[in-house]
Amino acid sequence: MRLLLLGTAGLVLAFLMLPMLAALLLSFSPTELLRIPPRGFSWRWYEDFFTSSRWVLATRNSLVVATLTMLVATVLGSMAAIGLHLGQFRGRALLVALLTLPMVTPFIVTAAAMFFAFSMVGIAGTLAGLVLGHTVITVPFVVVSVLATLQTFDANLLRAAASLGASPGMSLRRVLLPLIWPGIAAGAIFAFATSLDEFVITLFLAGPGQFTLPRQMYANVREYMTPTILAAASLLFLCSLVFLAVSEALRLRAARRNRAQPS
Amino acid sequence: MGGARGGWLAAALVAPLLLLILGAFLLPVGVTLATALRDPEVATTLPSTRIVLLGWDGRETPGEAAFAAIAQELGTALEERRMGDLASRLNFERTGMRSLLLRTARAAPRLEAPFKPALIALDPRWGEPETWQLLARASGPMTSLYLLRAIDLTRTPGGAIRAVEPEQAVFRTLFLRTLWVSVIVTLACLVLGYPVAACIARLSPPWSSIALAMVLIPFWSSVMVRSTAWFALLSREGPINQALLALGLVDAPLQLVGTRLAVLVATIHVLLPVAILPMVSVMTRLDRAYLRAAASLGAGGWMTFRRVWLPLTMPGVLAGGAMVFLLAVGFYITPALVGGERDQLVAWFIAQFLNRDVNWGMAAALSVYLLAMTGGVLALARVLTGGLPKLGARL
Repeated sequence: MRLLLLGTAGLVLAFLMLPMLAALLLSFSPTELLRIPPRGFSWRWYEDFFTSSRWVLATRNSLVVATLTMLVATVLGSMAAIGLHLGQFRGRALLVALLTLPMVTPFIVTAAAMFFAFSMVGIAGTLAGLVLGHTVITVPFVVVSVLATLQTFDANLLRAAASLGASPGMSLRRVLLPLIWPGIAAGAIFAFATSLDEFVITLFLAGPGQFTLPRQMYANVREYMTPTILAAASLLFLCSLVFLAVSEALRLRAARRNRAQPS
Repeated sequence: MGGARGGWLAAALVAPLLLLILGAFLLPVGVTLATALRDPEVATTLPSTRIVLLGWDGRETPGEAAFAAIAQELGTALEERRMGDLASRLNFERTGMRSLLLRTARAAPRLEAPFKPALIALDPRWGEPETWQLLARASGPMTSLYLLRAIDLTRTPGGAIRAVEPEQAVFRTLFLRTLWVSVIVTLACLVLGYPVAACIARLSPPWSSIALAMVLIPFWSSVMVRSTAWFALLSREGPINQALLALGLVDAPLQLVGTRLAVLVATIHVLLPVAILPMVSVMTRLDRAYLRAAASLGAGGWMTFRRVWLPLTMPGVLAGGAMVFLLAVGFYITPALVGGERDQLVAWFIAQFLNRDVNWGMAAALSVYLLAMTGGVLALARVLTGGLPKLGARL
């Protein structure tokens, strides 16, 4: 019974991991033919990636959009989460549901709606429109992440700060932020990773010079499958490993802190 | 921090994001969904004809006034290049209307009163009451055309609802296919994911961490990356075909990209971590005392699993299943990449109506039904688990 369970789980985990490992392996193929095991080893597809103007532009666009999205989403999302936590609103649950609605709406519906509305006000096909679109779908993750961290925050600390004469703004800055930053950082990383991976919104909102990496990959796969696409995929995969490592480090840090000071 | 001042501060902190979500999400979605009901083309391009037709009894061919109005307005519209939207709108409801309108508009400058016999001589369809009934019904401001057509219904010239011609009936099949693919993907993710989640919860470190990492790595990696990897693996010269050829299982490479099987396998692969993670979180929090209690009361392994472990882990199963279904129903990338035209889901058709056909009414109508499906799943998940699944996925 136990062996059966372990065996099944092992097979499923292999199914989960193998396609990416295969893509990684194939990206070092010396020829256009995708063979496993590859006959030899070469960096030529990575060279191709870093010297082709289309891929370099797409990489730059992706980084610009993801960075701006992360900044806007983290600031607005963290502010809103802190406000939701502090305020005794009526209909607070409804407000949280409203702010996280983009998370459960099919992205194609969101994308179509933004395309329609953003075209009317003339921001479809602009960088501002693209960042706005990415912000809407990434900001719920920041709100959820920061709200979760705030659950472990002791509100008495703010009262103590106020009793010592700190203004509300000061006690947020000097007491609250230093304690909840791991949650904010985790939300920021998730926002960055989500924006970097986003495809459907970009498909509708990006102008011709604004292709991001997923958009460029999609265009190339449909035209002609070259190992350069797999090199791009492998580089993105490497990025996601970094994101995962940082987010796990943040999670462990938060868990240690919670154990250290039980509330 | 209490009191009115704290309240103001809290409101000021929430307000910017609330405005962003209202302005860049809720309002756009509302406006877009409303286009499923709007019918502005006849009213904007043929305003006088519309007013004449408002006074028409709708049975016999209308009188000279309607003919004179439409001849004049079509001529002007063509001159000012405003024909496109009207022609597309009417042609969508009845094929052939585009050519009728264009021909009439081109001939309009040469036509002379009385217009009724002149137009009927130009094209006998102007003599049929059905043509005028179509125009009268399209006078707006609202129409049920798109919402009906999205479930393969249309109206007779008289206005009664009927099924469309069999060769035009594609949307019920599309919704059933989307539902079917989503159900299969959800079930497969739960069945494949459950043992993995159980192992992660019950193995001791470091094995549990290693297994969890093997779920988290695909969860964090890009959907486009994973779909592309499948495209490469399944391609004609790809590794899977090479392996099959080398083993002598097939004589010629199989066409794998563009099949339903490819869509199912790749979609299951992409969504599997989304099913596993909520199950892991429920299983690791489970109190082991229940299992020991069951064993001390004489329950065997299977009995303990069925009567204790399974019911206690059900919330995780439901949360994971709801999340996977929600994402599968609106899925675009993976089916678009590895599927053929006959394997596409609702999302792909919405994109086609926007990009290729520029038919906002149909895109909006399909979106309305897609949202209804996701809303139904959310409501069901809420009833079954008493809350929304917390975990999101980056898709």
